[in-house]
Amino acid sequence: MDWMKYRFIYFAISLLIIIPGVYSLFRYGLKLSIDFTGGSNIAISITDKDKLLDGLKDYSPEVISQSGNNITIRTKTITQEQLDKTQVTVSAFETLGPAMGQETIKKTIYAIILASTLLLIHISRAFKQLKFGVSAIIAMLHDSLVLLGSFSLLGHFFNIEIDLLFVTAMLTVLSFSVHDTIVVYDRIREMTNKKHGMDIRSMANQALSETMVRSIVNSLTIIFMLIALVLLGGDTTRNFAIALLIGSISGAYSSPFNAVPILVTWDQFRSKK
Amino acid sequence: MKNFVLVLVLTLICAYINLPFTISRGFRVLNKDFQFTLPKPEINFKFQDKQIKRSLDFKQGLDLRGGVQVTLDADMKDIPDDQKNTALESVKSIISRRVDLYGVSESVVRTSVGGGQYRIIVELPGVSDPQKALTLIGQTAELIFATPVYKDSTVSGQPELVDFQPTELTGKDLESASLTFESQDRQPSVSLKFKSEGSDKFSKITEAYLNKPVAIILDGSILTMPTVQSVISNGQAVISGSFTIEQAKLMATQLNAGALPVPIKILTQKNISATLGADSIKQSLIAGGVGLITVSVYMILQYGLMGFISIIGLLIYALITATLYRLIPVTLSLPGVAGFVLSVGMAVDSNILIFESFKEEKRDGKPTSVALELAFGRAWDSIKDANAATIITGLILFNPLNWSFLNSSGTVRGFAFTLILGILTSLFTGVFVTRTLLRLFIKPKKLLIKKSDH
Repeated sequence: MDWMKYRFIYFAISLLIIIPGVYSLFRYGLKLSIDFTGGSNIAISITDKDKLLDGLKDYSPEVISQSGNNITIRTKTITQEQLDKTQVTVSAFETLGPAMGQETIKKTIYAIILASTLLLIHISRAFKQLKFGVSAIIAMLHDSLVLLGSFSLLGHFFNIEIDLLFVTAMLTVLSFSVHDTIVVYDRIREMTNKKHGMDIRSMANQALSETMVRSIVNSLTIIFMLIALVLLGGDTTRNFAIALLIGSISGAYSSPFNAVPILVTWDQFRSKK
Repeated sequence: MKNFVLVLVLTLICAYINLPFTISRGFRVLNKDFQFTLPKPEINFKFQDKQIKRSLDFKQGLDLRGGVQVTLDADMKDIPDDQKNTALESVKSIISRRVDLYGVSESVVRTSVGGGQYRIIVELPGVSDPQKALTLIGQTAELIFATPVYKDSTVSGQPELVDFQPTELTGKDLESASLTFESQDRQPSVSLKFKSEGSDKFSKITEAYLNKPVAIILDGSILTMPTVQSVISNGQAVISGSFTIEQAKLMATQLNAGALPVPIKILTQKNISATLGADSIKQSLIAGGVGLITVSVYMILQYGLMGFISIIGLLIYALITATLYRLIPVTLSLPGVAGFVLSVGMAVDSNILIFESFKEEKRDGKPTSVALELAFGRAWDSIKDANAATIITGLILFNPLNWSFLNSSGTVRGFAFTLILGILTSLFTGVFVTRTLLRLFIKPKKLLIKKSDH
């Protein structure tokens, strides 16, 4: 099957997903959870619960503990004045710093940059050509953008926040994506060794045909697990499972439909010159 | 066959370590009573006169199990108002560093400000010795070099030690501290390296107090009071005393982590419940179970007997991983479990790769046993490169050298550690265990692979 014939359609599909996401990233940014921003703890009597929840509804209030008639409510960071406006008798009020500083996000980005560089070297060495490394990394960055973009949109429209677990989900997806790409590349490498003189386009087509069953089987096993987690799992793990689900679908797509087509396009571009 | 016995023995050992309770059963054979007891395993042995004892239960993180929450109150009375928040932040970062260095994985350190109080809240999962952790967190690690002041005693006629006169040299002049062993008697001690300014101060002190004692005081207690033997100008010193290795290591850790800018005291210490909530964990476990069963059914439908054997291989894989988690021990939290699930996914993938290659070789008309070996050989290339890539990512996230521009937070590390461990185990089970089982059980006649006979 001539998979490569439609390669610009694959790129178009990717762009269709990425562009709104990236637009949303710049326009609305990411909705950070209390893990990153810190928040306030307010202890009140249970009779005032609804009044306070209503008064602070813009600050995502959440009941975190209850003992007897006293409850503790956690919100985004608020000031004393904002609290006074609710006219609720407060028995204790404190402002908590973030569990994980925003530098965690920065450090994760550094980690991704360092990982990309080392993976570029590793893949280019394993497959003896730079273009393999570059296209695998582009596919990996594609998945990061898809995930970040979708969560920016989900945050804007459905109030889904980026928490500590999102960072983990992101890293999981990147590993998965590169893993998948290398498996497809391995087929092309095998053919290069076995059948000399075959052009990259035919090799890519054959590699995709041969690995498509594996890719689908493998992705489905992971997607089954995640759908089970999204549907059956608890509230606190749902966002995590959604992030992994979006990421693994993107990761499964990007290997055959981004990494390999980029490889082919790169080669044709070079030979035209 | 030899390999199969090895796999079997390994599986039994792992199964035993995972035994959740003591099995005790009496039975009667040939009119004789036998008592059969298999105790719940734990680590309990003597090593160089030291009793090492530890339970082999899973350590669970704050999100799954809860832990100890310690609230520390920072004494801000000497700090100007506009610097209080900065001071609190720096206390927080020093405490985080100490907790990370102490090796309590998956801990949370946060600040809390309210009602004129400046506090630090530290949450530690599954700490077996909260007192020890508290000591570490709470110590100000203030190192001073002081000279003893003597007064002639009226009672004994001997000079009596009455006070210490601090010198200019303090922990601030320290560049690094590390555990070392003395060259003569191999006693654990702490070696100090001073910054250049500190080296000058130290050189002057040793010159002024040559052949006299100088005290090294940490947080108000005298660590050691050696007599200065010679002038030391290279900025190196060793604190020795009768320390155990742990004491010396802890001291080096505290000195490295630096002194706190403000005094702190422990306000409260309480146990906290799991942040994720029991329902959430239970639902997620059910979901995980449903997912695993779906994957197993799928593998068996797709690959028949081979699929079944690979599921057995995966069960052994899960057993080995659980054993390692108990032995090391690994603190399990949701990100850690994600790392594990990802490595399971990659282990399944290794199997699928091998089976697909096997089918191709069969299609080319190779006999079963040859096809199996060829399939393993071919799949190995891609398994090797793909897993190497994952290990590279894992190592960067784990940040073993503690590079400051990279993450050292417990959550990300926990994920990276279980991922790396999972990959290494899956390479072993995927290549050795599954291969041994397949060689033994896949005979040409028993082969039940669909779509392989055309």
